[in-house]
Amino acid sequence: MGRDMLAVHVEKNLGEFSMNVAFTSESRATALFGPSGAGKTSLINMIAGLLRPDRGRVEVDGEVLFDSAARIDVPAWRRRIGYVFQEGRLFPHISVRNNLEYGRWMSGHKFDPAAFEHVVELLDIGHLLDRRPGKLSGGERQRIAVGRALLMQPRLLLLDEPLASLDTARKRDILPYLERLRDEAQVPMIYVSHNANEVKLIASRVVWLDGGRVATTGGVERLDATQVDMLA
Amino acid sequence: MFDLSPQDWTAVALSLRVAAVSTVIALPFGIAIAMLLARGSFWGKSLLDAAVHLPLVLPPVVTGYLLLISLGRKAPLGAFLADHFGIVFSFRWTGAAVACGIMAFPLLVRAIRLSIEAIDRRFEDAAATLGANRGWTFMTVTLPLALPGIIAGMMLAFARALGEFGATITFVSNIPGETQTISAAIYSLIQVPGGDADALKLVVISVVICVVALLASEWLAKRATARLHGA
Repeated sequence: MGRDMLAVHVEKNLGEFSMNVAFTSESRATALFGPSGAGKTSLINMIAGLLRPDRGRVEVDGEVLFDSAARIDVPAWRRRIGYVFQEGRLFPHISVRNNLEYGRWMSGHKFDPAAFEHVVELLDIGHLLDRRPGKLSGGERQRIAVGRALLMQPRLLLLDEPLASLDTARKRDILPYLERLRDEAQVPMIYVSHNANEVKLIASRVVWLDGGRVATTGGVERLDATQVDMLA
Repeated sequence: MFDLSPQDWTAVALSLRVAAVSTVIALPFGIAIAMLLARGSFWGKSLLDAAVHLPLVLPPVVTGYLLLISLGRKAPLGAFLADHFGIVFSFRWTGAAVACGIMAFPLLVRAIRLSIEAIDRRFEDAAATLGANRGWTFMTVTLPLALPGIIAGMMLAFARALGEFGATITFVSNIPGETQTISAAIYSLIQVPGGDADALKLVVISVVICVVALLASEWLAKRATARLHGA
Protein backbone atom coordinates (compact mmCIF):
# COMPACT_ATOMS: atom_id res chain seq x y z
CA MET A 1 0.00 0.00 0.00
CA GLY A 2 1.47 3.25 -1.07
CA ARG A 3 -0.42 5.77 0.92
CA ASP A 4 -1.64 5.72 4.47
CA MET A 5 -5.16 4.58 5.12
CA LEU A 6 -5.38 7.13 7.86
CA ALA A 7 -3.40 10.27 8.64
CA VAL A 8 -4.39 12.29 11.68
CA HIS A 9 -2.90 15.30 13.33
CA VAL A 10 -5.22 17.14 15.68
CA GLU A 11 -4.95 19.65 18.47
CA LYS A 12 -7.79 20.36 20.83
CA ASN A 13 -8.12 22.21 24.08
CA LEU A 14 -10.74 20.64 26.31
CA GLY A 15 -10.68 22.86 29.37
CA GLU A 16 -8.12 21.42 31.80
CA PHE A 17 -7.09 18.81 29.28
CA SER A 18 -5.35 19.45 26.02
CA MET A 19 -4.74 17.07 23.18
CA ASN A 20 -2.07 17.05 20.55
CA VAL A 21 -2.08 13.80 18.65
CA ALA A 22 -0.45 12.81 15.40
CA PHE A 23 -0.31 9.36 13.88
CA THR A 24 -0.62 7.57 10.59
CA SER A 25 -1.63 4.04 9.92
CA GLU A 26 -1.75 1.82 6.90
CA SER A 27 -2.94 -1.13 8.93
CA ARG A 28 -6.41 -2.61 8.47
CA ALA A 29 -6.86 -2.87 12.21
CA THR A 30 -5.36 -0.15 14.35
CA ALA A 31 -5.84 0.02 18.10
CA LEU A 32 -5.99 3.19 20.12
CA PHE A 33 -4.75 2.06 23.47
CA GLY A 34 -4.32 3.88 26.74
CA PRO A 35 -5.76 4.47 30.20
CA SER A 36 -9.11 6.12 30.87
CA GLY A 37 -8.85 9.85 30.32
CA ALA A 38 -6.07 9.53 27.76
CA GLY A 39 -8.27 11.19 25.16
CA LYS A 40 -9.14 8.11 23.11
CA THR A 41 -12.84 8.87 22.71
CA SER A 42 -12.20 12.56 22.01
CA LEU A 43 -9.75 11.54 19.31
CA ILE A 44 -12.17 9.27 17.46
CA ASN A 45 -14.94 11.83 17.88
CA MET A 46 -12.68 14.22 16.00
CA ILE A 47 -12.10 11.61 13.29
CA ALA A 48 -15.86 10.99 13.04
CA GLY A 49 -16.64 14.70 12.88
CA LEU A 50 -18.55 14.82 16.18
CA LEU A 51 -15.92 17.01 17.84
CA ARG A 52 -14.17 19.81 16.04
CA PRO A 53 -10.40 20.05 16.49
CA ASP A 54 -8.92 23.48 17.17
CA ARG A 55 -6.23 22.84 14.61
CA GLY A 56 -5.07 20.02 12.44
CA ARG A 57 -5.85 17.67 9.62
CA VAL A 58 -7.71 14.39 9.25
CA GLU A 59 -7.28 12.33 6.13
CA VAL A 60 -8.98 9.00 5.53
CA ASP A 61 -8.18 6.87 2.53
CA GLY A 62 -6.81 9.79 0.56
CA GLU A 63 -9.69 12.15 1.26
CA VAL A 64 -9.22 15.17 3.48
CA LEU A 65 -12.10 15.34 5.96
CA PHE A 66 -10.74 18.13 8.09
CA ASP A 67 -8.03 20.67 7.47
CA SER A 68 -8.03 23.81 9.57
CA ALA A 69 -5.47 25.52 7.33
CA ALA A 70 -7.54 24.89 4.19
CA ARG A 71 -10.81 25.49 6.06
CA ILE A 72 -12.13 22.06 5.22
CA ASP A 73 -14.56 20.49 7.65
CA VAL A 74 -16.72 17.76 6.17
CA PRO A 75 -19.79 17.33 8.41
CA ALA A 76 -20.13 14.05 10.26
CA TRP A 77 -23.09 12.93 8.20
CA ARG A 78 -21.08 13.11 4.99
CA ARG A 79 -17.94 11.37 6.27
CA ARG A 80 -19.12 7.78 5.81
CA ILE A 81 -17.35 6.68 8.95
CA GLY A 82 -19.11 3.95 10.89
CA TYR A 83 -19.08 4.40 14.65
CA VAL A 84 -19.82 1.75 17.24
CA PHE A 85 -20.39 3.59 20.49
CA GLN A 86 -19.42 2.29 23.89
CA GLU A 87 -23.07 1.94 24.94
CA GLY A 88 -24.34 0.93 21.51
CA ARG A 89 -26.68 3.87 21.21
CA LEU A 90 -29.32 1.96 19.29
CA PHE A 91 -32.35 4.08 18.53
CA PRO A 92 -34.87 3.03 21.18
CA HIS A 93 -37.98 3.95 19.21
CA ILE A 94 -37.46 1.70 16.21
CA SER A 95 -36.97 -2.03 15.76
CA VAL A 96 -33.63 -3.77 15.42
CA ARG A 97 -34.24 -4.21 11.70
CA ASN A 98 -34.91 -0.50 11.26
CA ASN A 99 -31.83 0.34 13.30
CA LEU A 100 -29.80 -1.80 10.90
CA GLU A 101 -31.47 -0.16 7.91
CA TYR A 102 -31.12 3.41 9.16
CA GLY A 103 -27.77 4.14 7.52
CA ARG A 104 -28.97 2.80 4.18
CA TRP A 105 -32.10 4.98 4.32
CA MET A 106 -30.07 8.07 5.02
CA SER A 107 -27.62 7.41 2.23
CA GLY A 108 -30.38 6.47 -0.22
CA HIS A 109 -28.75 3.20 -1.31
CA LYS A 110 -30.92 0.44 -2.71
CA PHE A 111 -31.61 -2.50 -0.44
CA ASP A 112 -28.98 -5.15 -0.96
CA PRO A 113 -30.37 -8.44 0.41
CA ALA A 114 -27.03 -10.21 0.10
CA ALA A 115 -25.16 -7.56 2.10
CA PHE A 116 -27.90 -7.50 4.72
CA GLU A 117 -27.92 -11.28 5.02
CA HIS A 118 -24.15 -11.35 5.22
CA VAL A 119 -24.01 -8.93 8.14
CA VAL A 120 -26.93 -10.60 9.91
CA GLU A 121 -25.22 -13.94 9.58
CA LEU A 122 -21.77 -12.60 10.47
CA LEU A 123 -23.06 -11.22 13.75
CA ASP A 124 -25.72 -13.88 14.33
CA ILE A 125 -28.55 -11.42 14.92
CA GLY A 126 -31.25 -12.87 12.65
CA HIS A 127 -33.50 -13.86 15.56
CA LEU A 128 -33.46 -10.31 16.94
CA LEU A 129 -34.61 -8.37 13.88
CA ASP A 130 -38.18 -7.74 14.97
CA ARG A 131 -37.34 -6.91 18.58
CA ARG A 132 -36.86 -3.48 20.05
CA PRO A 133 -33.48 -2.46 21.47
CA GLY A 134 -34.82 -1.87 24.98
CA LYS A 135 -35.24 -5.55 25.74
CA LEU A 136 -31.90 -6.79 24.43
CA SER A 137 -28.90 -7.92 26.45
CA GLY A 138 -25.73 -5.83 26.37
CA GLY A 139 -23.97 -8.29 24.07
CA GLU A 140 -26.84 -8.41 21.62
CA ARG A 141 -27.02 -4.64 21.58
CA GLN A 142 -23.32 -4.31 20.76
CA ARG A 143 -23.56 -6.82 17.93
CA ILE A 144 -26.45 -4.87 16.43
CA ALA A 145 -24.53 -1.61 16.84
CA VAL A 146 -21.67 -3.20 14.88
CA GLY A 147 -24.13 -4.37 12.21
CA ARG A 148 -25.72 -0.96 11.98
CA ALA A 149 -22.36 0.70 11.42
CA LEU A 150 -21.31 -1.93 8.86
CA LEU A 151 -24.49 -1.69 6.80
CA MET A 152 -23.98 1.99 6.09
CA GLN A 153 -21.02 0.85 3.98
CA PRO A 154 -18.42 2.88 5.81
CA ARG A 155 -14.91 3.46 4.55
CA LEU A 156 -13.65 3.25 8.10
CA LEU A 157 -15.11 1.70 11.22
CA LEU A 158 -14.55 3.20 14.66
CA LEU A 159 -15.16 0.96 17.65
CA ASP A 160 -15.10 2.78 20.98
CA GLU A 161 -14.54 0.21 23.73
CA PRO A 162 -17.35 -1.95 22.35
CA LEU A 163 -16.83 -4.50 25.11
CA ALA A 164 -16.41 -2.15 28.06
CA SER A 165 -20.01 -2.41 29.21
CA LEU A 166 -20.01 -6.22 29.15
CA ASP A 167 -18.99 -8.76 31.76
CA THR A 168 -16.11 -11.14 31.12
CA ALA A 169 -18.22 -14.03 29.85
CA ARG A 170 -20.04 -11.75 27.40
CA LYS A 171 -16.75 -10.31 26.20
CA ARG A 172 -15.59 -13.80 25.32
CA ASP A 173 -18.82 -14.30 23.37
CA ILE A 174 -18.34 -11.19 21.29
CA LEU A 175 -14.62 -11.22 20.60
CA PRO A 176 -14.91 -13.95 17.93
CA TYR A 177 -17.44 -11.80 16.07
CA LEU A 178 -15.03 -8.90 16.10
CA GLU A 179 -12.26 -11.11 14.77
CA ARG A 180 -14.53 -12.29 11.97
CA LEU A 181 -15.45 -8.70 11.31
CA ARG A 182 -11.81 -7.78 10.91
CA ASP A 183 -11.13 -10.73 8.62
CA GLU A 184 -14.26 -10.73 6.50
CA ALA A 185 -15.84 -7.30 6.40
CA GLN A 186 -13.19 -5.59 4.26
CA VAL A 187 -13.52 -2.36 6.24
CA PRO A 188 -10.47 -0.89 7.96
CA MET A 189 -11.09 -0.34 11.63
CA ILE A 190 -9.88 1.62 14.61
CA TYR A 191 -10.39 -0.23 17.82
CA VAL A 192 -10.34 1.80 21.03
CA SER A 193 -9.59 -0.06 24.21
CA HIS A 194 -7.75 0.06 27.49
CA ASN A 195 -7.48 -3.71 27.55
CA ALA A 196 -4.19 -5.06 26.19
CA ASN A 197 -5.53 -8.58 25.62
CA GLU A 198 -8.38 -7.34 23.45
CA VAL A 199 -6.03 -5.13 21.52
CA LYS A 200 -3.60 -7.97 20.87
CA LEU A 201 -6.42 -10.17 19.64
CA ILE A 202 -8.01 -7.64 17.31
CA ALA A 203 -5.40 -5.22 16.07
CA SER A 204 -2.06 -5.49 14.35
CA ARG A 205 -0.85 -2.00 15.07
CA VAL A 206 -1.25 0.05 18.19
CA VAL A 207 -1.19 3.76 18.92
CA TRP A 208 -0.63 4.27 22.62
CA LEU A 209 -2.19 7.42 24.00
CA ASP A 210 -1.45 8.95 27.36
CA GLY A 211 -2.48 12.35 28.67
CA GLY A 212 -3.64 13.57 25.28
CA ARG A 213 -0.35 12.72 23.56
CA VAL A 214 0.92 9.74 21.59
CA ALA A 215 3.23 7.86 23.94
CA THR A 216 4.35 5.30 21.41
CA THR A 217 3.26 3.50 18.26
CA GLY A 218 4.15 0.17 16.74
CA GLY A 219 3.08 -3.42 16.33
CA VAL A 220 0.88 -4.98 18.98
CA GLU A 221 3.82 -7.07 20.22
CA ARG A 222 5.05 -3.91 21.94
CA LEU A 223 2.26 -4.37 24.43
CA ASP A 224 4.12 -7.40 25.82
CA ALA A 225 7.42 -5.61 26.09
CA THR A 226 5.96 -2.73 28.06
CA GLN A 227 4.12 -4.69 30.65
CA VAL A 228 0.72 -3.31 31.19
CA ASP A 229 -0.54 -2.76 34.66
CA MET A 230 -3.30 -0.37 33.72
CA LEU A 231 -5.54 -2.86 32.05
CA ALA A 232 -8.82 -4.04 33.42
CA MET B 1 -80.15 15.39 30.73
CA PHE B 2 -78.86 15.92 27.21
CA ASP B 3 -81.97 17.55 25.77
CA LEU B 4 -79.97 20.63 24.84
CA SER B 5 -81.28 23.29 22.54
CA PRO B 6 -79.85 23.26 18.99
CA GLN B 7 -78.07 26.47 19.82
CA ASP B 8 -76.27 24.81 22.74
CA TRP B 9 -75.24 21.86 20.59
CA THR B 10 -73.89 24.33 18.07
CA ALA B 11 -71.81 25.89 20.83
CA VAL B 12 -70.43 22.47 21.80
CA ALA B 13 -69.54 21.60 18.20
CA LEU B 14 -68.00 25.00 17.65
CA SER B 15 -65.90 24.70 20.79
CA LEU B 16 -64.54 21.35 19.69
CA ARG B 17 -63.77 22.69 16.24
CA VAL B 18 -62.09 25.84 17.53
CA ALA B 19 -60.02 23.91 20.07
CA ALA B 20 -58.97 21.23 17.59
CA VAL B 21 -58.10 23.66 14.80
CA SER B 22 -56.19 26.02 17.08
CA THR B 23 -54.18 23.13 18.55
CA VAL B 24 -53.29 21.67 15.17
CA ILE B 25 -52.34 25.03 13.67
CA ALA B 26 -50.31 26.02 16.73
CA LEU B 27 -48.42 22.70 16.79
CA PRO B 28 -45.75 23.30 14.10
CA PHE B 29 -45.06 26.78 15.48
CA GLY B 30 -44.93 25.33 18.98
CA ILE B 31 -42.42 22.68 17.94
CA ALA B 32 -40.26 25.25 16.13
CA ILE B 33 -40.22 27.66 19.07
CA ALA B 34 -39.66 24.84 21.58
CA MET B 35 -36.72 23.64 19.50
CA LEU B 36 -35.28 27.16 19.37
CA LEU B 37 -35.63 27.63 23.11
CA ALA B 38 -34.32 24.16 23.95
CA ARG B 39 -31.36 24.12 21.59
CA GLY B 40 -30.66 27.58 20.29
CA SER B 41 -28.28 30.07 21.79
CA PHE B 42 -28.87 33.47 20.33
CA TRP B 43 -29.27 37.05 21.38
CA GLY B 44 -32.76 37.76 22.69
CA LYS B 45 -33.54 34.19 23.68
CA SER B 46 -34.87 35.15 27.10
CA LEU B 47 -36.91 37.85 25.41
CA LEU B 48 -38.49 35.27 23.12
CA ASP B 49 -39.09 33.02 26.11
CA ALA B 50 -40.84 35.88 27.90
CA ALA B 51 -42.92 36.76 24.84
CA VAL B 52 -44.08 33.15 24.50
CA HIS B 53 -45.16 33.12 28.13
CA LEU B 54 -46.92 36.47 27.92
CA PRO B 55 -50.43 35.10 27.23
CA LEU B 56 -50.11 33.05 30.42
CA VAL B 57 -49.63 36.11 32.63
CA LEU B 58 -51.50 38.86 30.78
CA PRO B 59 -55.18 39.29 31.55
CA PRO B 60 -56.97 37.44 28.72
CA VAL B 61 -58.94 40.59 27.98
CA VAL B 62 -55.68 42.37 27.23
CA THR B 63 -54.61 39.61 24.83
CA GLY B 64 -58.01 39.79 23.15
CA TYR B 65 -57.81 43.54 22.83
CA LEU B 66 -54.30 43.34 21.38
CA LEU B 67 -55.63 40.88 18.81
CA LEU B 68 -58.51 43.21 18.04
CA ILE B 69 -56.27 46.19 17.37
CA SER B 70 -53.81 44.14 15.29
CA LEU B 71 -56.00 41.65 13.42
CA GLY B 72 -59.32 43.48 13.40
CA ARG B 73 -60.87 44.46 10.10
CA LYS B 74 -59.66 48.05 10.37
CA ALA B 75 -56.28 47.25 11.83
CA PRO B 76 -53.37 47.43 9.35
CA LEU B 77 -52.46 43.73 9.54
CA GLY B 78 -56.08 42.60 9.60
CA ALA B 79 -56.97 44.81 6.61
CA PHE B 80 -53.94 43.54 4.70
CA LEU B 81 -54.87 39.90 5.28
CA ALA B 82 -58.48 40.56 4.33
CA ASP B 83 -57.68 42.52 1.17
CA HIS B 84 -54.91 40.31 -0.19
CA PHE B 85 -55.74 36.83 1.05
CA GLY B 86 -59.39 37.07 1.95
CA ILE B 87 -58.56 35.97 5.49
CA VAL B 88 -60.87 37.60 8.01
CA PHE B 89 -60.60 36.95 11.71
CA SER B 90 -62.85 39.49 13.33
CA PHE B 91 -66.20 38.12 14.44
CA ARG B 92 -65.48 34.76 12.79
CA TRP B 93 -64.81 31.37 14.34
CA THR B 94 -61.34 31.52 12.79
CA GLY B 95 -60.67 34.51 15.02
CA ALA B 96 -61.73 32.44 18.00
CA ALA B 97 -59.25 29.78 16.90
CA VAL B 98 -56.47 32.39 16.70
CA ALA B 99 -57.30 33.68 20.18
CA CYS B 100 -57.39 30.15 21.60
CA GLY B 101 -54.18 29.18 19.84
CA ILE B 102 -52.35 32.14 21.30
CA MET B 103 -53.71 31.59 24.78
CA ALA B 104 -52.73 27.91 24.64
CA PHE B 105 -49.32 28.50 23.06
CA PRO B 106 -47.25 28.83 26.27
CA LEU B 107 -48.52 25.49 27.56
CA LEU B 108 -47.82 23.81 24.24
CA VAL B 109 -44.30 25.20 23.96
CA ARG B 110 -43.45 24.43 27.57
CA ALA B 111 -44.39 20.75 27.37
CA ILE B 112 -42.58 20.20 24.07
CA ARG B 113 -39.52 22.12 25.18
CA LEU B 114 -39.14 20.03 28.32
CA SER B 115 -39.33 16.81 26.34
CA ILE B 116 -36.77 18.04 23.80
CA GLU B 117 -34.42 19.04 26.60
CA ALA B 118 -34.74 15.57 28.09
CA ILE B 119 -33.58 13.84 24.89
CA ASP B 120 -30.16 12.25 25.05
CA ARG B 121 -28.36 14.15 22.33
CA ARG B 122 -25.94 11.30 21.80
CA PHE B 123 -28.67 9.61 19.75
CA GLU B 124 -28.46 12.56 17.38
CA ASP B 125 -24.69 12.09 17.12
CA ALA B 126 -25.30 8.46 16.27
CA ALA B 127 -27.73 9.52 13.52
CA ALA B 128 -25.11 11.89 12.11
CA THR B 129 -22.48 9.16 11.89
CA LEU B 130 -25.05 7.08 9.99
CA GLY B 131 -25.41 9.77 7.34
CA ALA B 132 -28.41 11.75 8.60
CA ASN B 133 -28.17 15.51 8.10
CA ARG B 134 -29.76 17.85 10.63
CA GLY B 135 -33.18 17.81 9.00
CA TRP B 136 -33.37 14.04 8.85
CA THR B 137 -31.98 13.71 12.36
CA PHE B 138 -34.74 15.98 13.58
CA MET B 139 -37.45 14.09 11.73
CA THR B 140 -36.32 10.56 12.51
CA VAL B 141 -34.75 10.89 15.97
CA THR B 142 -35.54 14.12 17.80
CA LEU B 143 -39.22 14.34 16.95
CA PRO B 144 -40.10 10.69 17.71
CA LEU B 145 -38.18 10.83 20.99
CA ALA B 146 -40.07 13.99 21.96
CA LEU B 147 -43.44 12.45 21.10
CA PRO B 148 -44.72 11.94 24.67
CA GLY B 149 -44.11 15.61 25.39
CA ILE B 150 -45.72 16.65 22.13
CA ILE B 151 -48.84 14.66 22.97
CA ALA B 152 -48.97 16.14 26.47
CA GLY B 153 -48.53 19.64 25.06
CA MET B 154 -51.30 19.15 22.50
CA MET B 155 -53.61 17.91 25.21
CA LEU B 156 -52.91 20.89 27.44
CA ALA B 157 -53.38 23.26 24.52
CA PHE B 158 -56.65 21.60 23.55
CA ALA B 159 -58.03 21.83 27.08
CA ARG B 160 -56.86 25.41 27.43
CA ALA B 161 -58.49 26.33 24.11
CA LEU B 162 -61.71 24.67 25.18
CA GLY B 163 -61.83 26.78 28.31
CA GLU B 164 -60.77 30.03 26.68
CA PHE B 165 -63.18 32.87 27.36
CA GLY B 166 -61.74 36.33 27.91
CA ALA B 167 -59.54 36.75 24.85
CA THR B 168 -62.10 35.14 22.55
CA ILE B 169 -65.06 37.20 23.66
CA THR B 170 -62.99 40.39 23.51
CA PHE B 171 -61.66 39.68 20.05
CA VAL B 172 -64.58 38.04 18.25
CA SER B 173 -67.51 38.70 20.55
CA ASN B 174 -70.23 36.18 21.41
CA ILE B 175 -72.21 35.43 18.27
CA PRO B 176 -74.32 32.26 18.40
CA GLY B 177 -73.34 29.88 15.64
CA GLU B 178 -70.18 31.77 14.75
CA THR B 179 -68.10 32.62 17.80
CA GLN B 180 -70.18 31.42 20.73
CA THR B 181 -68.18 28.61 22.32
CA ILE B 182 -69.27 26.57 25.33
CA SER B 183 -67.80 29.09 27.77
CA ALA B 184 -69.50 32.02 26.05
CA ALA B 185 -72.78 30.11 25.84
CA ILE B 186 -72.65 29.34 29.57
CA TYR B 187 -71.93 32.97 30.27
CA SER B 188 -74.93 34.04 28.13
CA LEU B 189 -77.24 31.48 29.72
CA ILE B 190 -76.53 32.55 33.26
CA GLN B 191 -77.25 36.15 32.32
CA VAL B 192 -80.88 35.34 31.51
CA PRO B 193 -83.52 34.30 34.07
CA GLY B 194 -84.16 30.55 34.00
CA GLY B 195 -81.02 29.79 32.01
CA ASP B 196 -79.30 28.01 34.91
CA ALA B 197 -80.54 24.55 33.99
CA ASP B 198 -79.18 24.73 30.44
CA ALA B 199 -75.99 26.28 31.73
CA LEU B 200 -75.52 23.35 34.08
CA LYS B 201 -75.90 20.89 31.19
CA LEU B 202 -73.16 22.69 29.28
CA VAL B 203 -71.00 22.65 32.38
CA VAL B 204 -71.40 18.88 32.64
CA ILE B 205 -70.59 18.46 28.96
CA SER B 206 -67.44 20.52 29.19
CA VAL B 207 -66.31 18.54 32.23
CA VAL B 208 -66.91 15.30 30.30
CA ILE B 209 -64.98 16.53 27.26
CA CYS B 210 -62.02 17.56 29.37
CA VAL B 211 -61.92 14.32 31.35
CA VAL B 212 -62.10 12.26 28.16
CA ALA B 213 -59.36 14.35 26.55
CA LEU B 214 -57.16 14.00 29.63
CA LEU B 215 -57.62 10.23 29.77
CA ALA B 216 -56.96 9.90 26.04
CA SER B 217 -53.75 11.90 26.20
CA GLU B 218 -52.65 10.01 29.29
CA TRP B 219 -53.14 6.75 27.43
CA LEU B 220 -51.42 8.00 24.27
CA ALA B 221 -48.45 9.35 26.20
CA LYS B 222 -48.11 6.07 28.06
CA ARG B 223 -48.12 4.14 24.83
CA ALA B 224 -45.59 6.48 23.25
CA THR B 225 -43.32 6.17 26.29
CA ALA B 226 -43.65 2.40 26.28
CA ARG B 227 -42.67 2.34 22.62
CA LEU B 228 -39.55 4.31 23.42
CA HIS B 229 -38.56 1.81 26.06
CA GLY B 230 -38.90 -1.21 23.92
CA ALA B 231 -42.26 -2.73 24.69
